[in-house]
Amino acid sequence: MTVSNLKQSRPDTAKPKINWSRVEEADNFAKTVKLFRQGKYDEASFRRFRLQHGAYGTRMTGDYAMVRIKIPAGEIYPNQLEKISQLSEQFSIGSAHFSTRENIQLHWVVLEDVSEIFRGLAEVGLTSREACGNTIRNVMCSPLSGVCPDEEFDSTPYALATARFFLRNPMVQNLPRKFKFNFTCCEKHGMVRMVDVGLIPQTREVDGNTQRGFKIFLGGGLGNKSFVGYQLEEFTPEEDLVYTSMAVLRIFDRLGDRKNMARNRMRYLVNDMGWEKFQNLVLKERAIVRATQSVITQLEVVHTPNEIKRPIRITDESGTSITDGYARWLKTNTVKQKQSNYRSIFITLEAGDITASQLNALADLIRDFSSEGKARFGFVQNVALRYVHEDDLPRLYSNLLESGLAKSGALTMTAPIGCSGTTSCNLALTNSHRLAKEIQRKLLELKFDEDDDLSDSSIKISGCPNSCGQHGIATIGFFGGGGRVGKDMYANYQMSLGGRSDGDTMLGLTCLRVPAKRVIPVILKIIELFKQNKKSDDTLQSWIHRVVNNNEDSEIKSINDIKKVLEPLTIPPTKEEDPDFYLDYGDDTSYHTKTGKGECAA
Amino acid sequence: MRCLTDSSKITTDIDSLRSEIRDKSVRVIDVRREDDYKQDHIPTAVNLPLATLLSDDSPENVLKLMNTMGIDSETSVVVYDDTFGALASRVAWTFEYLGHSDVTLLETTYSNWKSLELESDSKIPEIQHKEHTLNLQPNILATADYLQSAKERNDVILIDNRERLNFLEQHIPGAISLPYRTLATKDKILRPKDDMKRLLENRGITENSEIITYCGSVGTLSGLAYYALKSAGLPNTKLYVRSFKEWKNLQKPTEKQEDASYWDLSAE
Repeated sequence: MTVSNLKQSRPDTAKPKINWSRVEEADNFAKTVKLFRQGKYDEASFRRFRLQHGAYGTRMTGDYAMVRIKIPAGEIYPNQLEKISQLSEQFSIGSAHFSTRENIQLHWVVLEDVSEIFRGLAEVGLTSREACGNTIRNVMCSPLSGVCPDEEFDSTPYALATARFFLRNPMVQNLPRKFKFNFTCCEKHGMVRMVDVGLIPQTREVDGNTQRGFKIFLGGGLGNKSFVGYQLEEFTPEEDLVYTSMAVLRIFDRLGDRKNMARNRMRYLVNDMGWEKFQNLVLKERAIVRATQSVITQLEVVHTPNEIKRPIRITDESGTSITDGYARWLKTNTVKQKQSNYRSIFITLEAGDITASQLNALADLIRDFSSEGKARFGFVQNVALRYVHEDDLPRLYSNLLESGLAKSGALTMTAPIGCSGTTSCNLALTNSHRLAKEIQRKLLELKFDEDDDLSDSSIKISGCPNSCGQHGIATIGFFGGGGRVGKDMYANYQMSLGGRSDGDTMLGLTCLRVPAKRVIPVILKIIELFKQNKKSDDTLQSWIHRVVNNNEDSEIKSINDIKKVLEPLTIPPTKEEDPDFYLDYGDDTSYHTKTGKGECAA
Repeated sequence: MRCLTDSSKITTDIDSLRSEIRDKSVRVIDVRREDDYKQDHIPTAVNLPLATLLSDDSPENVLKLMNTMGIDSETSVVVYDDTFGALASRVAWTFEYLGHSDVTLLETTYSNWKSLELESDSKIPEIQHKEHTLNLQPNILATADYLQSAKERNDVILIDNRERLNFLEQHIPGAISLPYRTLATKDKILRPKDDMKRLLENRGITENSEIITYCGSVGTLSGLAYYALKSAGLPNTKLYVRSFKEWKNLQKPTEKQEDASYWDLSAE
């Protein structure tokens, strides 16, 4: 018997409810590429067009593109994963890459093949439209929205409705710069102060009725210069969500800086104008928007509850033995839901990379184990299967093991973020991507995922000062650059400490520069310092938080004290002593910085 | 009737093959390993493991193999494998090169045939020896020397059918990348004709060009591409059957994508 013969037919599986695609955009893209190649379309206009459709440039070449597929609110269905798997083998490198904003990217795609990817995506209702360029990027939602024990209500329908309202909306096709929405479930799981518009669901009692609304934060963002967002008002009722969003976008569109590409995210406008003035403008503009709509504009928020149906077991596998590593995985990769007997389980991928066959395996696992029949992308290049019945966890774990998706530590510091770096990005100075993988392997080997003191900390790495790797909000953050000894260059990282994105959001403080090949020893040294000086109930995060705020009373009192201890580790050896020091990870030729033109601001 | 044979026919669909088997008007060739073949195969099929062919693919030897499989110049041949059509393509191309024009690929793989619960058995057919004449078709073969001079011409397109990462790492200068996975759909070894045509047109691969395909070592993946191109109506196609392995052994120039660590993006 062949494998396909043994496959049992599955019960009806969940299908996507929203079609985000337009197949005619594939034809149009193919035509435009031809015109561009024939010289009938100038470079700048073509680049704008390409980015608007979600195709980003590639390191040092005009022949390839990266296609960024948006997964609105992070909701993805099995048939969509299977299609992406197929497309990755046909047109990319046989792997796909999870971003930190609930996109999935296909790299090293021949520009002329991009339209074929659009065609494939349209078959399963997905789009990359407005995934790049000066428009509204993917609308994110917490992977725990709907199951988080601390949430007021599920914000997923609002995130989807917002994405639907603005996708292809003429009012956002040419903003001064990109614009991002993040919805979350609660303070702890969100990233609401580090984005243009961040939203936390909340409720209030009005005349004995419960009213739904949001806490809205504006003007935050990570980048070359990062800012923490401000709360607009005490409570924004749900019917004002769309008016508030429109008002903010209209102000940004009108007043945002269209000249200085390096300073034109909305956070600069808020910063230059001052919060109070900006806040006033938004509130006034909202009144105008509300009053001048010719018809009542409302979001189409679909409240039909998801069908929760535990997949039927066709075969009896009650004898599944509990494997080694199960307890470790259960502790570091799963969370209890507010719905009793169910857990959400997280899959961590090295720096967000997943193979074509793992994407197929993931689709099968969703069908076999998730009672909601779909999965959710997370904020840290990961993916969650929710509504997994607790009785099914051991079997799920052994299935994950078979597909190489059972790596532990998904919800701990051992799962670092690494942007794509020099593996494909034009702006990258270092191979941040590989470094993240190296760190993860080392920390798991040391079983740091099992250490409760380390679980609420994070490591995040960007390959350049721009913040795709979100280093600014990491407990230990790194961004890439070049170092030099005489004529010889080496990959070097600026390290910051103490960043966080929860209710106490702050940006990490600069500590010192760490050569790429010394990053792992430096991380281990910081952990050692913490263990020596911690108080009994400290976590690494709380300890570093005290140190960077100068509230620590042990021998390490400030970030400068940490720096002094680490400095000896960062002294470059000569090339004769240690030639490997002068090679970046994944490269066997001498390191030199080399970048092309960035397109974030194009 | 021979004269009605459609020379542009590339694949044989499942239903046609089944009726040809019933009519005993076809020689079916199974290109899988001998053990797999012995277990079960499409009824009446004979076994020609690719390794057997590759151990000596000189025209004289292949002719002998064809004779023992009961194939003469008039025999209608259908080839199948369980490797997305790539091995079957290499066999079909070799027959074509020797001058056997009536050879097609089964439109699907043996696994898919089985999953559709179509008939199979383990009987090994008795074969009557036949004599095939040799009529070499050098126009479908590219040698290293030919390729070296041809690729300088503007009207020649060289296609690399290996996976994208292998291409980025090293390829024959001037080649374009069309990974073999691009040629197929989920259940067919080749895309529908119009689909394939559109994809090739986007890439600037048109009938005005002479096309040469190559892959890693023995011309299997590029053999499939050879048939994909023919199916899209691009008959002026040659296979560089010794492929990149020979090219490197001959120490001919290669090219790579510089300044990017793309391998680290792979999750393998």
